[in-house]
Parts: sequence; structure tokens; C-alpha cells
Amino acid sequence: MSVKKVGKGAFAKFVDKLIRTQTVIGVKARGDRFDFDVLESAKELRLDYDRTLQPPKKYFLPAVETLLTYEIGDGYKSVFDEGEFVLIGVHPYDLVAINQLDRIFSQDNCDAHYMKRRNNATIIACDVATPSKNVFASSMGTATVKKGFDVLLTDICGAYIAESGSRKGEAMLAKIEGAVKPTKEDLKQREKVWGENRKNLNKHQLKCKPSDLPKLLDKAYKHPVWEEKAKTCFSCGSCNLVCPTCYCFNVQDDVSWDMKSGKRERCWDGCLLDGFTKVAGPHEFRKNRADRFRHRLYRKGKYVPAKIGGEIACVGCGRCVDACLPDIANPVNVYNRLVDDLGVK
Amino acid sequence: MQKRCSIEKDIYLPRLATLEKKRLMNPTEMYVRFTLDDGDFEFIPGQLVEVSIAGIGEAPITISSSPTQKGYFELVVRRIGNVTNAIHRLRIGDKVGIRGPYGNGTYPVKEAKGRNLVFVCGGIGLVPQRSFINYVLDKRGEYGDITVLLGTKCMAQRFFHSEIDAWSHRKDIQFMETVDQADDCWLGNVGVVTTLIPKIETELSSALVFVCGPPVMYKFVLLSLDEAKVPRENIYLNLERKMRCGVGKCGHCQINNFYVCVDGPVFRYSDLSVAPEAI
Repeated sequence: MSVKKVGKGAFAKFVDKLIRTQTVIGVKARGDRFDFDVLESAKELRLDYDRTLQPPKKYFLPAVETLLTYEIGDGYKSVFDEGEFVLIGVHPYDLVAINQLDRIFSQDNCDAHYMKRRNNATIIACDVATPSKNVFASSMGTATVKKGFDVLLTDICGAYIAESGSRKGEAMLAKIEGAVKPTKEDLKQREKVWGENRKNLNKHQLKCKPSDLPKLLDKAYKHPVWEEKAKTCFSCGSCNLVCPTCYCFNVQDDVSWDMKSGKRERCWDGCLLDGFTKVAGPHEFRKNRADRFRHRLYRKGKYVPAKIGGEIACVGCGRCVDACLPDIANPVNVYNRLVDDLGVK
Repeated sequence: MQKRCSIEKDIYLPRLATLEKKRLMNPTEMYVRFTLDDGDFEFIPGQLVEVSIAGIGEAPITISSSPTQKGYFELVVRRIGNVTNAIHRLRIGDKVGIRGPYGNGTYPVKEAKGRNLVFVCGGIGLVPQRSFINYVLDKRGEYGDITVLLGTKCMAQRFFHSEIDAWSHRKDIQFMETVDQADDCWLGNVGVVTTLIPKIETELSSALVFVCGPPVMYKFVLLSLDEAKVPRENIYLNLERKMRCGVGKCGHCQINNFYVCVDGPVFRYSDLSVAPEAI
């Protein structure tokens, strides 16, 4: 795969050209924060952002999506999103999260709704230029990425180094006018950015290796930290809502006004919400707040990793740290407490 | 991994099935029998289907008939939520959506061959167990002694009367029944289902024991089985959770690292030692 150097002006021109031919989603400013949205012009694109409010997950697993339509008594029809789009500005930690979801939705029972959107997307990732205030990607080993993107941009003062990571990305790179071969000095600059990010995207330091977490959690099930932290939990599900690796969903039917047809929708759900495990009866299997609080951190550190080959399902974006009102959601604080009390050996 | 994955097939798309028969068995339990419109379908006792009622929603229900009965499948539905109430209102010939069968954790049809089997059922816990009980009765020669214990809350909630009556008259199966509360008309056992465990004639310590009932029942049955020295790897539990998607994605039915819809719904008790949320 090839590496090129693109001036920022040339890249903006390329984005404007893309916008004329297809849907381009990028990072835009929202007041003093940032979020992914459809771009109308390259001027709106802010690749110097610190972190987006919502992870880019919503373009593959929307908050609400129609799975099927039906005519009552006459069967069901699948509904798929077919539009191709380009997603610009995905940070490495969010990219790792997307790649984890890819594995989850493609393995065993393949989820065609997710996978179609995923296959229709071209991802132009970019290295972090401004660390956000609660990021801990360095601790999770997700501060930089080597694969999973179509194109990866790294800002080296005035220009981008663009590397392709797939055939799709290769084709895209070829279309950028004014792209040149980078010099050795340029590549050294990029190495420097990577080196700094691997060190500095770390506002919270995890006291163990991420790969130690499953074993640590093996012995932490009855630790008092779950009750202590969950005492102030509102069960609001904000930590689930902003998480790039949370993918639990609910499915509901919606009937049209004519009462003859309708659609079946899936929407995000959250394991922290009361009622998540409620069944008719009524029985509720995870009624206790502390159990739900523990479940989330076990999913991130143990259950999901076991499903996807060991990778820890917390990518260190720090969104839950910001979103949590009682300030208990920070996984690093909980895991560190367990390391202190139980040790990793 | 993405290559193996077929994005042409939609795992959420139900097939259509037609209601062939229905019978109200007691004030809350409805027996329904469906045939699939696009042909037969294969299943193993213990597996579940997701039943869709257009406009209402979807609910996971374990198949109650034995796979030896070809061409149709039976469910028993307690009227308790939106979908189950809608199933009660269905008329003969009405269409429903069916997804499945789901669940890799089924009754150990092969492993149980030649073994003595004990079924402990609490109330509608009989429904999923009936699939395997009838399967075993249809292949009676291949299995050892069969014991079925049934505990029901009260007489009015009993169901499958004629089938149960037939079991109690068969010589090749020991059937025992009890109700928690009885009135003067009841001549049988009174008490919870665990009171029947000491009356089992077959040697318990070598038998395979299958348990299905309301959540509260498991704890007590497992205590009694422990007293009777039944090894944990011989005990199978049929667990119920909120199985929304049926394909191991949505997260609702998760018990620690297990997904009931994929890894269950029938679990070997010894496998659940790593899943404290199960019982």
C-alpha cells in the first residue's frame, strides 16, 4: 500500500470534489465541541478536533433503523441502506472500535444490515492532533493504528501524510491531485507524531496491560468496588450511549396510520438501564444497580474480548468519563482500584 | 471473517407460518400449532423460535413438540405480555412470522441414549421439557428409565391433562405430580416439586436430570439434587432470559459470558460455575 504527502489545500480541494459526487461525512464544529455530520464543504471539516460527541458508530449502527417492513398478514421485507459514503476524520481509537464491531456483526450470524453499511463506507482515518481532556487511548494501546482504515492521514505541520490501507483507499489516494511522494524527513515527522500520541493520549494511566484485564476480572467478581461506585449511579445509560464499542439493541414494531402496514425498528439499548433484562412474568435478572454497573465493565474487559479474539472492548476514548454525571464511569479508575487491591499476578 | 459472511441473508427476516390449531388449556395457557408456509423445518428438542406478530412485536418461545412429529410444530404460550396476548387472539389460518430454530444448547439427544432420565418441571416449565419427553417416548427403546416430576401452583393451572393422564398410566415411565395448594377435590400429592425428589425410584446419582421452571425453583431443586448426590455435569437447566434477537447480538439474554439464545437455552449445570448470574 502506498504513502503520499498531500498539502492541506490540495486535500480540501479533493474533499470538495468528493462532496459533489457522493455523501461525505466528516467532523464539524458544534459550538466549542465537535461531532460527525454530513459535510457541505471542505471548509467545515475540522481534522484538528479533540474528540467527537458521538462516536462514528452511528453510521453503521444508527440509533434507530428500520430492519423490515410488513403488511399485516402478508409477510416481511428486509430494508437495507444501500448508499455509499465516505467517512473522514475517524481517530485511531474509534477505528479500533469499528473494527471490533465488524468482527462482532460478521461472525457467527452475519448481520447484513450492519455489514452492508460497512461495505458501503470508505473510512479516511486521521491521527489525533489535539488530545481530549479524558482520553486514555495510550493506556489501551489504541492511540495509533496500523490497519483497519482505507486511508490514514497524519498531520505534519502544513501537510498530511496519507497512507492507504485497502484497495478502496489505494484508489482514493490515486485520485488526490497534487499528492507527492513523501521524503524521509516527512516520514520521520510522522513517526514523531505517532510516538508522541502513543505516550500523550493518556490523561488516565491504566496500571496494568490491557491484556491483563480478563484475568484481573476473573477474581474481581465479588469486589466491593461495584457496590461502592454504583451507589451514586443514576442508571441513565449515558456511558452506553456514548460508547464506541457498545452495540446492544432493542427491536420494536411500529404500525402505520392505516393499521395495515408498518416497520420493525431496532434502536440502541443500554445494559445500565433498569429493565434491560426484564421479561414478562415479571422477572428481572439484573435488577441490582451494582450488577448492571459491573456487567458493563465485565463486557468491556472480559466478555466481549472472549468473543473477538482477546482485544479489550474499551478503546480509551474517554467519552463515558465526560458523560457520567456522578463521575463513576471511568473504567481506568475501577480497573486500577482492582489492580491495587488484587494485583495482576 | 468478512468474506465468510453472507450479506444476502437477513437474519432478522421471519418466514411465514400459519396457525393450524389452537386450544386454551387453562385460563392463561394456549396451545398453538403452526405449519411453515415454505416447507418443513428441522429442530432439536430445547431449541426456540422467535414468533412475530406484525404490529405487535416478537417473542422467543421454546418449541414444545418433538421433532419426531413432522410437518408442524407446537408452542404453548402463557398470556402475559403484548406478543403472547396477541398470540392468544390469533384465529385459525392467521399468519405469524417465525425465525429460528435458535440455540446451540439443546437437550443432549445423543449423549442421553441408554441413560436414565429425570425431568423436573415447574408449571409451564413442562412446556419445553415436553419436546424432549415426547422425543424420548417416541424412541423409547433407546433410553433408560424415564421419570417426570411436575409441580404446579394450583389445580386450575394444570394443563395437557389428557397427555399427562396417558403418561401416568404408562408402565414404562414414572410420572409424579404435585400441586402447591390443593382443595378437597385433589387426591394427589400436595407440596412443592422438591418433595417428589426423594420418591424417585430410579438411581439418581447416575441419571441425567433436566430442570425447567420459574427462576425461584432452580435454587431449591439444585439443593435437593445436591443432597441426592447428583453430579453437576449430569444436571441440565433450561434458562429463560429476554432473547430479543435470537442470534447472539442484542445483549439482552446475556448471563455473564453466555448468551442464552446462542449458548443455551439448555445449559449443563457444571458449565455454569463461571456464570454466577445464572441462578
